Amino acid sequence: MAITYTSGEQVEVYRFGIPATILIPLAAVFLQAWLPLRLHFFSIFDLPLLVTISFAMARRSQMAGLFTGALIGLFQDALTSQPIGLYGISKTVVGFGASSLGIKLDVENAGARLLLTLVFYVVHQVVYFTVARGMVGLQRGWTWQHELGSALANAFLGVILYALLDRLKQRT
Amino acid sequence: MESVLGRYRNLIVLVGVLFIQVLGLAVQVRRSTDTDSSRLIRVWAVTAISPFEKTLVWVQTASGNLWHNYFYLRGVRAENRELKQEIEQMRIEQARMSQDADQARRLQALLAFKEQFISQTKAAQVIGSSGSEQSRSIYIDKGENDGIRPDMAVITADGVVGKILHVYRSTSLVLLISDQSSGVGAILEKSRLQGILRGMASGEIGMEKVMSDEHVPAGEVVLTSGGDRIFPKGLPLGRVTRVAPGSDLFLNIQVKPAANLSKLEEVLVVTKIDERQATPEQTGPVRAADILAERLPTVPPKPPDASAAVSPTAGQVPAAGAAPKPAQVKPKTVAPANGLAGSSPVASKPTTSSPAGDSVSEKPAADNAVVKATPKVEKPAEAPTQPPAQDPPQ
Repeated sequence: MAITYTSGEQVEVYRFGIPATILIPLAAVFLQAWLPLRLHFFSIFDLPLLVTISFAMARRSQMAGLFTGALIGLFQDALTSQPIGLYGISKTVVGFGASSLGIKLDVENAGARLLLTLVFYVVHQVVYFTVARGMVGLQRGWTWQHELGSALANAFLGVILYALLDRLKQRT
Repeated sequence: MESVLGRYRNLIVLVGVLFIQVLGLAVQVRRSTDTDSSRLIRVWAVTAISPFEKTLVWVQTASGNLWHNYFYLRGVRAENRELKQEIEQMRIEQARMSQDADQARRLQALLAFKEQFISQTKAAQVIGSSGSEQSRSIYIDKGENDGIRPDMAVITADGVVGKILHVYRSTSLVLLISDQSSGVGAILEKSRLQGILRGMASGEIGMEKVMSDEHVPAGEVVLTSGGDRIFPKGLPLGRVTRVAPGSDLFLNIQVKPAANLSKLEEVLVVTKIDERQATPEQTGPVRAADILAERLPTVPPKPPDASAAVSPTAGQVPAAGAAPKPAQVKPKTVAPANGLAGSSPVASKPTTSSPAGDSVSEKPAADNAVVKATPKVEKPAEAPTQPPAQDPPQ
């Protein structure tokens, strides 16, 4: 349950196959666009963010993490009505942060993953709202209650999703 | 120097990637329309996603149709019977409403009132969404190839959904009225107060710019005002659910959208709006007195021989002939007063062209005419048949 500090040598580094690297983010963005039409409550989840965190923590490479985050975020941005870059910037930061923590912490257990996803969701939202309101001038309302509820929901879904994605991981 | 760069290589790359994205955002913000600067990325993303969405929606619709049209037909006969009854009732209602519409058109023409008519729509299926709470928008399966253009209104039978924001070859992005960046010119149905309908962070919609000293009751219907030049006037937007005093001079009005924005499957894109002056079927101005005079029964013209035979009698009875004259004049002098008092219902009846409409609502109007005119008009018909009036000269 506790997040344990480990040395670089102790940490396992994984990679994903090329099909998984391309298809999983695509599937995440597709499901994120399609599922809310059928299940309206699903819009509180952020599947692309969970995939970004999962990839970043598994690969434990800051470069891979930030580029994965940037690409998934920009792809997600392109499907929205807002300027491209808002999700891109947020997910770049999260990808970099998750991979940085992945190097230093053992994030293989469910408790650590739950806590990290919760924190990274809030970080993602803070960055997003800061850029949206400060730079782009978009009117976006922030409610702590809603954001924390969403963070918790995403954290629980994240734990399930990471367990599924673990099956596709390959040890380097 | 090299060691420093190598040490902070990842951080430098992070800053560089963020800087490029910030720069891209700045370019998009600077240009009022971001369609040019970011269009290529959007086209790629939509092209990658929309085929899957279309396929999935097609499979879902096909399987749904198979089930509903071939397997699940329980209760269809009873439903059909009920629907037929409903159609009959609606026909009657339609006939009545067509008369009201005719009347409204004539009155609008009198006021030189220009109105917008939805003359062409295109049905489209919803295939996806932006998938974000921060951007409330949906994708439809019609695009440039189908004649869709940006800023076209998107509606359902229940009310307004949104407007077309981006158009691609075979898909389009629709900005919902619940999005925080959307704004629709709105008017309250009864109080005629105007404002702007905007999406809120919570996903609800609210009406802005209504002064706090105005009274807005909950439950009042909100319609499009037509002031935004996108949505035709008079389309239902929603219903007021809550009114609270705002922080500024304006009220906080919460509105429940008329269209169910969370369960959209098919929508209509308004592809053509005609703006024309209402043209009544009658040409030229018509006075209420003239209309009423037309409706009153008149003495039928008599055949020449009969008039010749009667003429001496008529000439012989100046006293009796004097009686009908005021009786004929009397309705005409009374008519304008009647016509003005209840001008609209009476004036509208003669010009209706719908046969069904005549059969439904002409009746009470005709009854009215009979009630008012009969006692006065029957007098001249009776006068010649009165034996005492003809006998004395013989």
